[in-house]
Amino acid sequence: MILILVGFLSGIISGMGIGGGTILIPSLVLFNNIKQQDAQGVNLIVFLPVAITALYTHYKKGNIDFSFAKLIILGGIIGAIIGSFLATSINPLSLRKYFGIFLLLIGAYELFKKKE
Amino acid sequence: MDKKKLKLLFIGLVAGLVNGLFGSGGGTIVVPALVFLMGVNDYKAHATAISIILPLSIISTIIYFTNDSIPFNIAIPVTLGGIIGSFLGAKLLNKIPINILRKIFGSVIIYTAIRMIWK
Repeated sequence: MILILVGFLSGIISGMGIGGGTILIPSLVLFNNIKQQDAQGVNLIVFLPVAITALYTHYKKGNIDFSFAKLIILGGIIGAIIGSFLATSINPLSLRKYFGIFLLLIGAYELFKKKE
Repeated sequence: MDKKKLKLLFIGLVAGLVNGLFGSGGGTIVVPALVFLMGVNDYKAHATAISIILPLSIISTIIYFTNDSIPFNIAIPVTLGGIIGSFLGAKLLNKIPINILRKIFGSVIIYTAIRMIWK
């Protein structure tokens, strides 16, 4: 039940386009004592059905710029392979700390960004 | 190869690396990169980012899965809640002041980050 609630709350955040993983992964690690890699794996798989639904809606409305997407995906595939193998091979405690540093940067960006 | 193409490949490389390494955050890289480096408008950048992060996340999911880092007993209830939550979030999007929410979100994230580093 707690897990459904955690998913629900992070889903609301990601539905608003703010980034649910930044809430979901720490919640799983800090409150449910799940290994850093496993929490990240959960976030990856949770994203898939939500993203497929969102993508379908955006595609029908013509909001996707494929001219940019193609090359970014190409570079991204190489990055995703390297990043995922790195993640699954480093110590969970180190990965948690690196993740924390990454979160700190995202938080600072959200706080200090102007515009909109 | 021209500069623009190299830029796009590089944005992808960084986004894929981050998304694979942290199992999240690809969109956090792609959206501002499209807006500030390529001049795409904010709304289109969000939509395009999903089309980019989805295939990258599928690749990462496969690699995590082969390394036993996808605990399905946890993933299934979280996904269930996540699907309901994201529908609600998308509906709430135009009804609440998103700027204030972003500031609250930023503060929560910084607090969480510190706990993740010094747990």
